[in-house]
Amino acid sequence: MLKVNICGAEFKNPVIAASGTFGFGKEYSNFFDVSKLGGICTKGLTLNEKLGNEGIRLYETTGGLMNSIGLQNPGIDNFIANELPFMNELDTVIIANLGGGSIEEYLEGIDKLNDTNVDFIELNISCPNVKEGGMAFGIKSKVAREIVSKVKKVSKKPIIVKLSPNAEDIVDMAVKCCEAGADILSLVNTFKAMAIDIYKKKPVFNNIFAGLSGPAIKPVALRMVYEVSAAVDVPVIGIGGIMNWKDAIEFIMAGADAIQVGSANFIRPDISLDIIKGIEDFLNREGIKSIMEIKGIARRS
Amino acid sequence: MQSKHMKARIFENNEILEGIFKLTIKGGFEGKPGQFYMLRSWNKEPFLSRPISIHNLDKEKIEFLYEVRGEGTKLFSQLKRDEQIELLGPLGNGFDIEKIKGKVAIVTGGIGIAPMYYVAKQLEDCKVDFYAGFREQVYLIDEIKGAVNEIYVATDTGEIGHKGFITEIFDPKQYNIILSCGPSIMMDKVIKSCILNKKKIYISQENHMACGIGACLGCTCKTNSGMKTVCKDGPVFSGEDVIIHA
Repeated sequence: MLKVNICGAEFKNPVIAASGTFGFGKEYSNFFDVSKLGGICTKGLTLNEKLGNEGIRLYETTGGLMNSIGLQNPGIDNFIANELPFMNELDTVIIANLGGGSIEEYLEGIDKLNDTNVDFIELNISCPNVKEGGMAFGIKSKVAREIVSKVKKVSKKPIIVKLSPNAEDIVDMAVKCCEAGADILSLVNTFKAMAIDIYKKKPVFNNIFAGLSGPAIKPVALRMVYEVSAAVDVPVIGIGGIMNWKDAIEFIMAGADAIQVGSANFIRPDISLDIIKGIEDFLNREGIKSIMEIKGIARRS
Repeated sequence: MQSKHMKARIFENNEILEGIFKLTIKGGFEGKPGQFYMLRSWNKEPFLSRPISIHNLDKEKIEFLYEVRGEGTKLFSQLKRDEQIELLGPLGNGFDIEKIKGKVAIVTGGIGIAPMYYVAKQLEDCKVDFYAGFREQVYLIDEIKGAVNEIYVATDTGEIGHKGFITEIFDPKQYNIILSCGPSIMMDKVIKSCILNKKKIYISQENHMACGIGACLGCTCKTNSGMKTVCKDGPVFSGEDVIIHA
């Protein structure tokens, strides 16, 4: 009932832990059986270790939070040596989220991940928190197309392109990425946002801007998934402020094949299990045999 | 010690002094001195749970001592008996009591006193002196008196104890090990004086946190052995290792 097939990979359910909110799965495995998830996206990886940003990294706002982590991660080699073995023991789909500061960095990263057992590579061209690259690649469709095209030439894994809501035109961005060979699209990453400390009379974050996530962004993210999934033929993974099963169903009805849960993981480690159960109960109550029956149904009505 | 997510009922939530509350929950909880729980008593706002250190724990109850600083702690302060609260914990690395021997000084500032009562109570084979600095209002001293050898107090006004900073009357030379929790500027001074006098020091840090379990990297701090998470690698760090931005 909940199974979803995306590019030949079977997800036992459409609920995936979003990058940056779930570590490498190990941290959460102390609280619940993370194999029950449809998939897990790793923390954003870069070719070399990144220490991340200085100063305040988290700031709460109404309906969510802003973060400025800055892609802190151990680097791909460390990931492969120290984190991936645990992830490969899990009975769930593993998605390596890959960031970079230059096209060459992305390509070298792909090369290293090619020979691992990750199921997918999620290309992060939309991180708002790194000065070099990051979101810069995710704003201009032309630049994104160039990266995706080059990445597709070297990747042995299916590529999920994670789109930024800050793109100049998200539909055009989605279409261009698909023209360049994107196998799947995931959207949206965090929104470029800011906060000001009125007592210090300066921006809260050292980088001035940070990424906004949480329920505050859900209606906008949902609209973007609705528009993009109508414009492309590839599978779409919906992300953005999904806090419960109703939110998840909305994204699927908007056209998503699967969804990612991000900030909600911070509210309760096993919140995704509630979302999975809630989706299943809804389908049962409504007499729906497969989740795919309701995919994009809101566009058809 | 397995961390768990659980719901519980408030037993007591008393304002022991203006803005300082002690929250008690009955039941069998676990936790080492220096560990903390993520607490929340709301559904949607504020978004994140709040990390609060274990103030006291025994077979029958767990206690949290907190200062009302923002929206979350304000909501905690309004909790009444039998109201529900969610707990995730125990979390983090606490003080390694087995390693703490001999003559021990505990140096605290303000609400940094909160985790150190439980720490002091656990140091059974040590001779413990307690140094507590406050702005004006002094709290918890009577309870702590029963758990330690000597207690020294400093206040900004000098109305009680030494007038000035607690660091002005603390001398690490007399001790084998020093434990500290409080404002960064105070801990920075304590660490520097301990390093100068070649004394072992452990400190308990705090930071903004989202997950509380080492996944989001929102609370990372710099140490001499690389980037560490306050929630998972800490909150207790070796004073020589941590780099404090005072």
